[in-house]
Amino acid sequence: MPGVAGAERLLGEVEEAEAALREAAERALDGEASFDAVIAADQKIEPRDAMPDAYRAGLIRQIAQHAHSEIIGMQPEGNWISRAPSLRRKAILLAKVQDEAGHGLYLYAAAETLGVSRQELDAALLTGKQKYSSIFNYPTLSWADMGAIGWLVDGAAIVNQVPLCRCSYGPYARAMIRVCKEESFHQRQGYQSLYVLAQGTPAQRAMAQDAVDRWWYPSLAMFGPPDADSTHSAQSMAWKVKRFSNDELRQRFVDMCVPQAEILGVTLPDPDLKWNEQRGHYDYTSPDFDELMRVVKGDGPCNRQRLAHRNRAHEDGAWVREAAAAYAAKNRKVLA
Amino acid sequence: MSELAERTEVELLALGDDALIAAQRLAEWVSRAPTLEEDVALANIALDQLGAARMLLATAGDEDELAYRRDDQGFRNCLLAELPLGPARGDLDFGWTMTWLLMLSAAQLLRYTDLAAGADEQAAGIGAKAVKESTYHLDHATQWMLRLGGGTEQSHRRVQEALDGLWPYGHELTEGIRDRWLALVEPVLAESGLTRPADRWRPDGGRAGRHTEHLSFLLAEMQSLHRAHPGAQW
Repeated sequence: MPGVAGAERLLGEVEEAEAALREAAERALDGEASFDAVIAADQKIEPRDAMPDAYRAGLIRQIAQHAHSEIIGMQPEGNWISRAPSLRRKAILLAKVQDEAGHGLYLYAAAETLGVSRQELDAALLTGKQKYSSIFNYPTLSWADMGAIGWLVDGAAIVNQVPLCRCSYGPYARAMIRVCKEESFHQRQGYQSLYVLAQGTPAQRAMAQDAVDRWWYPSLAMFGPPDADSTHSAQSMAWKVKRFSNDELRQRFVDMCVPQAEILGVTLPDPDLKWNEQRGHYDYTSPDFDELMRVVKGDGPCNRQRLAHRNRAHEDGAWVREAAAAYAAKNRKVLA
Repeated sequence: MSELAERTEVELLALGDDALIAAQRLAEWVSRAPTLEEDVALANIALDQLGAARMLLATAGDEDELAYRRDDQGFRNCLLAELPLGPARGDLDFGWTMTWLLMLSAAQLLRYTDLAAGADEQAAGIGAKAVKESTYHLDHATQWMLRLGGGTEQSHRRVQEALDGLWPYGHELTEGIRDRWLALVEPVLAESGLTRPADRWRPDGGRAGRHTEHLSFLLAEMQSLHRAHPGAQW
């Protein structure tokens, strides 16, 4: 079975970011270096360092949104665990969804280093005050969606996240190195699962193509609005939180997917997709950004369902959390 | 086949079915646990159960043939494993789940310990690996029984109800190991301040393929996709 062409290179970038992180730590500036000097020297800002309020607020927003995405992202894939068609696939999917909970956990921990509490973050997700990636507001309608999500959605997530391994905020950069390594495993399993379907029975092949047709444009939309309309980008780039523009990353993703689709034997649903010799990139049709904005604002196919599910789980678990807290309080008294 | 080998095969299939059906039940918790940490823990226990099930089923045949092509009457799991993790079908209650896990994992720990010490080399290897996992599952359930039993008035009431509801199914679960099982479970209940229910009703039949109404629903969901594509590879 073929590997995921292009993904190895991205994993190499993660390794390089990890090495750069160690080097940066070795040539640390003296304790009094200003925020701007640290950023200029490509060093990492750490939790106790001084930082502009907007830098802090922006990072909290971004890391929280990323953590929330991991948590909500458990639902569309969790939807197929009970029906996975082989025990091996069931184990892989279960492990993957468990990884997402784990990613959520250490991203929340990274956000907490900026002075926000888990309770505040939970509340911001449950009330819809903070967003999560809109991709998870689309339904998973067939088993092939597990493959398409792994290949396209996790693939897009990796393209987005690999540059974050070099983000100027230390705890986020370190969390992202770990997340990216696991995400590349997720992408590989999705790609391989889709490959098996695409080589399978006529019904399986149709299932694979249908999933690709449904997930292609929402995956392209994961890179956010076009550069001209991106609200947070310029400052984020200056502070070295973000390293490439939305459109640059989207292009990188398209260029990576086209040869992969050929190996898989599926057709990307874009009649205008073609190699542009002059640009050295594939030309492609942009996703429908009006649709993206509708989904961001709450009117995607599953926004209400995803948030209701999370709220219900939180409410159903309240008595358990209360019991654990009461038990801990009683035992503190006994010890004291 | 020798009598010992035959007995072992029947036992391995029963244990494999217990673990498979338990994994399917536990996976219902994914994205629904009381805390994120518990979501990770429950998925982890489900994965352990699934891993043990795959090794055990492989001793009896093709794992997917066994998991996906048998009807409910072909399954040999005990009734406890297939029960909903709450008072009624569709419910998901944390108190029921931890009580269920306490009962199940204590029995699995003993069965796997016996396997590990047995004459069948392959079974002994599986048992040795699974013993470590069951020890952790039992500890996890124990820690929660202490917290729910000794937490709030509500948690105490809920977990006692779960215990009263599930206890009868412990008889079939512990056939042949009842005393050793009680020696593991009773101290946990006592320390949690819970009342050990009296032994009266003893539902059974799972080991002979006579199940509750719940199993065929579980299997209908689990097997639906596989059965819709006969002969397909995944």
